[in-house]
Amino acid sequence: MRIVQELLFIIAFGMAVYLFSTKVRQIRRNILLGRDKDLNDHPDLRWKNVLLLAFGQKKMFRNPLVAVLHFFVYAGFIIINLEILEIILDGILGTHRLFVPVLGGLYPVLISAFEVLAVLVTLGCAIFLVRRNILKLRRFVSKDLNGWPRSDANYILLTEIVLMLLFLTMNTADQQMQLRGSEHYIATGNFLVSGSLASIFNHTPDGTLIAIERTCWWLHILGILAFLNYLPYSKHLHIILAFPNAYYASLEPAGEMENMPAVQKEVQLMLQPELAASEPAPEGMPKFGAKDVFDLTWKNLLDAYSCTECGRCSAACPANLTGKALSPRKIMMDTRDRAEEIGRNINKNGAFTDDGKTLLRDYISEEELRACTTCNACVQECPVSISPLDIILQLRRHLVMEESSAPAEWTGMFSNIENNMAPWKFSMDDRDKWATEMNQ
Amino acid sequence: MQIKTMATYAANGETPEILFWVGCAGSFDQRAQKITKAFATILDKTGVQFAILGKEESCTGDPARRAGNEFIFQMMAQNNIQLLNMYGVKKIVTACPHCFNILKNEYPALGGNYEVIHHTTFLQSLIDEGKIKMKEGGVFKGKKITYHDSCYLGRGNNIYEAPRKVLETLDAELVEMKRCRSKGLCCGAGGAQMFKEEEKGTTRINFERGHEAVDTGASVIAANCPFCMTMLTDGVKETGKEDEVKVLDIAELIAMNME
Ligand code: SF4
Ligand code: SF4
Repeated sequence: MRIVQELLFIIAFGMAVYLFSTKVRQIRRNILLGRDKDLNDHPDLRWKNVLLLAFGQKKMFRNPLVAVLHFFVYAGFIIINLEILEIILDGILGTHRLFVPVLGGLYPVLISAFEVLAVLVTLGCAIFLVRRNILKLRRFVSKDLNGWPRSDANYILLTEIVLMLLFLTMNTADQQMQLRGSEHYIATGNFLVSGSLASIFNHTPDGTLIAIERTCWWLHILGILAFLNYLPYSKHLHIILAFPNAYYASLEPAGEMENMPAVQKEVQLMLQPELAASEPAPEGMPKFGAKDVFDLTWKNLLDAYSCTECGRCSAACPANLTGKALSPRKIMMDTRDRAEEIGRNINKNGAFTDDGKTLLRDYISEEELRACTTCNACVQECPVSISPLDIILQLRRHLVMEESSAPAEWTGMFSNIENNMAPWKFSMDDRDKWATEMNQ
Repeated sequence: MQIKTMATYAANGETPEILFWVGCAGSFDQRAQKITKAFATILDKTGVQFAILGKEESCTGDPARRAGNEFIFQMMAQNNIQLLNMYGVKKIVTACPHCFNILKNEYPALGGNYEVIHHTTFLQSLIDEGKIKMKEGGVFKGKKITYHDSCYLGRGNNIYEAPRKVLETLDAELVEMKRCRSKGLCCGAGGAQMFKEEEKGTTRINFERGHEAVDTGASVIAANCPFCMTMLTDGVKETGKEDEVKVLDIAELIAMNME
């Protein structure tokens, strides 16, 4: 019987790991579909960002109450992994609470801490469910989330609650069995939460208790393995990707827009044709701006996979606030959806075969792109160091430079700058009129 | 008062302490010209030796770049950089956060390296050095002033305190809007929106911000950007409070209050 359980566990565990790593490789491949960009400078500053933004969740603390709740859920998640390690080893080796002899008196202290966290996680998740479904904060009822994204958020919160309750029930049954001096249930000492709950099983027969404990153990670990494989399909991938995303976050001032060396060169040759002779002829036609995910950088795509769909960006976006079609959250969700679509295309055909679609227009409309004031509110608010603005700007570049698609007023503005050196149609000679007026 | 150009200085074999980069709005927009004049007056009164480029100045290329037209941006930027480098410019002060951002952050990649200062920061240093003396009592004593953070100075470049410090010297009561500092609400002009009609929505961004500013009960809305100026003025007009609530640039407030 024990051997059968061990075998079943090893099979389940192996499958979960295999499936997870396959999906992770696909996501990595999808992210690397993006253009290259070197983001390895200043490792010291980058590690600082990981500490502050990912571990420290600095941006979350812009809203302290939510930050504390989120911190419970997050700390619970990280720390409970230690406990899961024991469960996995027990599962493979057919042991029970393998770490008791190793950790001795520290063991009940640790498990007690996990239990307290489990209670806090349950509480946090319950409050988050209420916020999402009953209080209906504007950013949670937004149409960006219609369909799967809304259920996704709820599924995960419910799953976490169930997993925590299973964990606590398992320990409570275990504590009761310990009280009864069962040989298999090694005496560990008192656990804080389950220890005080143990008496509810006072009249439960041994057989039932063991069944309860075993069932909870199996459901708990199977639940976790299922959760692991759900992650890559869900916005909850952020619990992993928030870390690399913080590392690769931009170190430049937010107002700075990335230079385009190709255009710089071309204009330079225009202004100083004498340089052209020494220049090697450019290879092929360079592409300007981004039309599809291939034209974005890998960081943009990492951003897309890291997005938690929290909508803090859109809640601060002046365009979104005043009813325009633009929602920076939707920009991120669209980018991820398109990357996933391309990924499925590659899985099926071995390499990408044209599907007649592009991120621009099939996902993100010109109207959305036109509404952005480049104010950086979305970048400022994002707790996961994502820049929706960077994607918007690259798509705008494509529209204007590749398709010459711009509102008529912008076309006028462009030609004013070109001809009058100012965005308005004023005479260049009047540029210092104010000064001549003062000089009188 | 005699405002000299870089060309004049160069002809005399001199270089001024700073270049005052006026910007297109500050040069051509009638309302913004007043900001330019106010700032020039302050510079003159405090004895800062400054020059303008005058007719030689061109658009920095900011609206073109943000709209997506990198070609036009590069043409403007490379021309400007050539000119600035020819005059050996080291230090630039500007009253426009868009010019400030692009000169400071985006010109270096094209070979334009200068110390670039926004006029609010410059005003703060003049105050700190004791060069600006305020009138006793002052025009704004006891009045409520609210400050609008421009996106390109605030979130774009993390400058939140200098303008507020300058306003504190006015002896007025500084009241904050619901959305301020890094949570500030855009005026709606950036990203080349100034040059086109807003997209379809339920309201205009400047109306939203205008209401928020008027709701503070302040009689003055202090701005640091000629584009915010236009947007906020319209926003206040929309609330019907244009007679009670004035939108003024920080430079104008200081100029009005100087001895
Ligand atoms: S930068 Fe653009 S997308 Fe981001 S908040 Fe501002 S207007 Fe919205
Ligand atoms: S981009 Fe950032 S702020 Fe916006 S929804 Fe995604 S995680 Fe939230």
